[in-house]
Amino acid sequence: MSSLFNDDSLKRIAEAYEKYEKELVPEWLRKLPERMEEFNTLSWIPVKRIYTPLDIKDHDYMEKLGFPGEYPFTRGIHATMYRARLWTMRMFSGFGGPEETNQRLLFLIKHGETGLSLAFDYPTLIGIDPDDPMAEGEVGIVGVSVPTIVDMDIIFRNIDMSAVTTNMTINPPAPVLLSFYVAVAESKGVPRHKIGGTTQNDPLKEFIAQKSYVFPPEPAVKVAMDLIEWSIRNIPKWNPISISGYHIREAGSTAVQELAFTIADGIEYVRQLTARGLDVDEFAPRLSFFWDSHINFFEEIAKFRAARRMWAKIMRDWFGAKKKRSLWMRFHTQTAGVSLMAQQPWINIVRTAIEALAAVLGGTQSLHTNSFDEPFRVPSEFAAKIALRTQQIIAYETGVVDTIDPCGGSYFVEWLTDEIEERAWRYIDRIERMGGMLEAVKKGFPQREIAEASYRFQQEVDAGKRVIVGVNMFVEEEEEDIRKVPLLEFDQEEIEERQKQRVKRIRSERDRAKWNTALENLKRAASRGENIMPYVLEAVKAKATIGEIMGALKEVYGVYVEPPIY
Amino acid sequence: MSSLQSIREEIKAKRPFKVLVAKLGIDGHDRGAKVIARALKDAGFEVVYTGIRQTPEQVVMSAIQEDVDVIGISILSGAHIHHVKKLMEKLKEIGADDIPVVVGGTIPLVDIEPLKKMGVREVFLPGSSLKTIIEAVRRLAAEKREKEGLFT
Repeated sequence: MSSLFNDDSLKRIAEAYEKYEKELVPEWLRKLPERMEEFNTLSWIPVKRIYTPLDIKDHDYMEKLGFPGEYPFTRGIHATMYRARLWTMRMFSGFGGPEETNQRLLFLIKHGETGLSLAFDYPTLIGIDPDDPMAEGEVGIVGVSVPTIVDMDIIFRNIDMSAVTTNMTINPPAPVLLSFYVAVAESKGVPRHKIGGTTQNDPLKEFIAQKSYVFPPEPAVKVAMDLIEWSIRNIPKWNPISISGYHIREAGSTAVQELAFTIADGIEYVRQLTARGLDVDEFAPRLSFFWDSHINFFEEIAKFRAARRMWAKIMRDWFGAKKKRSLWMRFHTQTAGVSLMAQQPWINIVRTAIEALAAVLGGTQSLHTNSFDEPFRVPSEFAAKIALRTQQIIAYETGVVDTIDPCGGSYFVEWLTDEIEERAWRYIDRIERMGGMLEAVKKGFPQREIAEASYRFQQEVDAGKRVIVGVNMFVEEEEEDIRKVPLLEFDQEEIEERQKQRVKRIRSERDRAKWNTALENLKRAASRGENIMPYVLEAVKAKATIGEIMGALKEVYGVYVEPPIY
Repeated sequence: MSSLQSIREEIKAKRPFKVLVAKLGIDGHDRGAKVIARALKDAGFEVVYTGIRQTPEQVVMSAIQEDVDVIGISILSGAHIHHVKKLMEKLKEIGADDIPVVVGGTIPLVDIEPLKKMGVREVFLPGSSLKTIIEAVRRLAAEKREKEGLFT
C-alpha cells in the first residue's frame, strides 16, 4: 500500500484537526449551533463536518483510482471521456400510437437529441394486445402502443435506423420488441452489424422493483439469457441487456441498495451465461447498466465511481475476464422521477439539472433528463425540450466536461466512494450467502429491504427531517402554479380505438398458415428449452402480435403472481 | 335488536378501522401503495393490500369480502379516469357505494373534479404527506361507521 501522504504531513494534519475539532469548533458552536444534530446522505451514511487527508490516508492512488481507460476505471471507462465524445443525449419518449411517437422522435432529433429511447405503454410492457380486456383504458398513455411489426415500422418512418441507436425499455416481451426492430431494420436494408441499441431485458429487477413481470423468475431469466446469446452472435452492436438500478431506486431503495442489488443482478446474469458455455469475454463487453441519479449530489457521484470500480474487480477477479472492454461498466442514467413533485412543478427543472450534473460528474455514457410536468402526465414537447436543453447547457456551457472526473481527489468524494462501495459489498456478501440474486429474489430479500427504506424515508419527510422544497418547507397553499402547467393533450380513446382496429386488421389480413406454423414452432422450441429468439423473429415476420407470442410462451412457462408484501 | 345482534355490532364497532389498499390497472408502481399500507397499519388500521394488476371487479370483491371501511386506490399509469369510473359503477351496482373511495397517484389537477363527481372522496397527488392521508382515511372511516350507527 502506498499512501499519497507522508507520515510527517499526516501527523501535522492530525494535530491541526484535533485542535480544530476540540477548540475552534466548540467555540463556534457556542455562538451558533449547527442546523442539525446529525447530517446524513439518502442512504443514511453519516456525513462529517469536514474531510481531510486523514480520511483517505491509506488510499493507494493506483489501486483505487488509476487513470481513465485503465483498471479499475474509477475515473472513467474511456481514456479521453467527454473531451472526445459527450454522453448520448437519449430522451425516453413515447405516447399514443406509433404515429404520435414518430412525430415526437423527429421533434427531439431536430432539437439535438443524439440517441433514441422508446417508452412503451403498459399493455406493451406486459405483452398484451390493445384489444385485450386488461388493456382497456391503458393504451398509449405512459408510452407508445406497439403490438405488431407494423407499428414498429411506423415509429421509424423517416428515421435512418443505420445511423441511430435505439434504447427499448422492455423486459418480458423484449424478444418480441427486438424482433420487431430487427425485422423492420432488415426491411429497410440495414445490415445486421449496423443495428445498434439496447433492450433493457433485465428480469430480476422486475420482481424486485419494476413489476412488469410476466413469467415466473426462472423462465424469465432463461428468456432474457436467450436474447443475450442470440444478440451477441447476430447483432454484435446491440446491448442485449441494461442491468437496471433505476427502478430499484425509484421503488424507494437507498443509493447503496441500488448499487448492491444491481451488481448482484449482474453477477447472476454472468453466472447464467457462463453456465450456458459462453466465454465471459464473448458477452461481457455487451453488458450495460442503468442508474438513477437522485438529488443527494455527492452520494450519486460517489455511487457511479464505486460502481465502475466494483464491476471491474468482479469481472476480472471473480470471472477471469481478460478483455479490457469486459471490465467496463458502461451505463445510461436517468434523473430521479421519484424526486419530482406535483407542488410548484416548475422547480422540478432545477432538481433535474442538479441530478443530471451529478450523472455527468459521475461519468455516464448516456443520459435522460426528466421533464418537470411528469408528476402529472408524459411530457409535453415544451417540457421535454427544456429537459433536453438542460443536458446541452451542462455539455456546452458549464465546462464541467473539460477535464476527466473533476471530483476525483476530493477528500469527501473519495471517502464517500469507499464507504458506499464497502456498504454495497456487505449486501453482496449477504446475497451470495443466500445463493445469489435469483434465490434472494425468490425469498423476497431485496423487496423487503427496499420497502423498509422507502417507508423510513417517507416518515422522515413527514417529520420534516428530510426537506423537500414546496412539500414540507416553503409550502404554498395556492395551486395556481400547477394549473398553469401546459400538459400534453391527446385523445386517448381515439388512439385506443385506432390501435384496436389496426391489430384486428393485421390479424385478418395475414397468411394464416404461416402464422400458425410460426407460433407452433415457437411453442415447441420453448418447451424443448431451445433458444426462442429465432422462433420469435419468425413469428413477428408472420405478423403474430405481441399478445399472441407472449400468450404462446405463457402456455409453456406459466405466469407469475406476486405475494403482496408491504 | 336481538341481543346477539347487538353483541355482534358492539364487536364490529370496537374493531379497528379496516382499509383496502389496491393497485387498480396494470401499472407496477407500488412504492406509494406499500408505504401507505404500512403507514396505515402503524397508525392502527387493519390493512388489506391487494398487490398489483387488479381489475375493478376484483377490488370490489375484496372490499366486500374483507368488509372494509375505506378503499384506497393507487394508480400511476394515467388511466385513473377509466378505471375509477368502472370501479364506482361496480360499487354502485352491488350496493356497496357506501364504502368511501380515495385515490392517489400521478393525477393532473384537471382530473380531480371529474374523479370527485364520480364519487371519489379524496384525491392525493405526489408529495401528499402520510399524515394528511391517514387523517383523511380515519375521518372517512369514522363517518362510514357513524352512518351505520355502529360508532359511538
